[in-house]
Amino acid sequence: MEAIGLQHYLIVGLGLFCLGFYCVLTRRNAIGILMGVELILNAANVNYIAFSHFGAGSYDGQVYSIFVIMLAAAEAAIGMAIVLGLYRRFRSIDVARMTQLQG
Amino acid sequence: MEGLSLSNAAFYFLAGLTLFGAGGVAFSRNIVYSALSLMASFMGVAGLYILLRADFVAGVQVLLYVGGVVVLTLFAVMLTQHIADVQISNRSVGTLPSLAIIAAVFAVMAKAYRAAEWRSAALPTDTTSTYAIGNALLGTYVLPFEVASLVLLSVLVGVVVLSRREPDAESGRTE
Repeated sequence: MEAIGLQHYLIVGLGLFCLGFYCVLTRRNAIGILMGVELILNAANVNYIAFSHFGAGSYDGQVYSIFVIMLAAAEAAIGMAIVLGLYRRFRSIDVARMTQLQG
Repeated sequence: MEGLSLSNAAFYFLAGLTLFGAGGVAFSRNIVYSALSLMASFMGVAGLYILLRADFVAGVQVLLYVGGVVVLTLFAVMLTQHIADVQISNRSVGTLPSLAIIAAVFAVMAKAYRAAEWRSAALPTDTTSTYAIGNALLGTYVLPFEVASLVLLSVLVGVVVLSRREPDAESGRTE
């Protein structure tokens, strides 16, 4: 069994990114798309922390990941509020039906 | 050797949990199951952070993602539920083209990872991650830290404004 190195973590991050990207591409449900975005942001965080542990020799990567988590939480809160507002307006959260700017 | 193989086993278990949860998010037909798989995936990522000696970030991950974002997602799912599980697939980008796209992305990136020469340096062991992050946040990164507080304040106000129920929202259109 080989030792776990940087590449193993990068592959996990890549897998997370690909699954999140698939989610964003295929979902029509606005909440599903937001979940895909969260997965993509987590993939970025895994990469940051893996590089911080194996490559940088400092804790800067962990600080960046704190900022990413903060922005992801803000994005989720705003996104869900917008989704609920759209649901009240259109009675649907299907993004294919949200085609007007001014209702 | 024993400890090494134990941490290897922990890594494979946590990576499996993470990717399995992410697969559940991406492929589940039911949006509630997707949200619960998202929680499993976030827990797996938190475990990976602990393996990478990022215990503070792991705690933040559990508090903010598992305790905050997933609960928020579940709230949104519950509040819009009877619409949520009608149709979840996308007609403009089908399943097969999407699978092809992500397979291509995965193959290219994995090849690039294998080809790259990564710099390697170990984390300093004379300090703990919480101490180092606290010092960095109030030292080098104090400006982004303060801007983050402004961002969070504006998000707070924005969410209140967005989710306020308009008086005539029930009738459909507001003039």
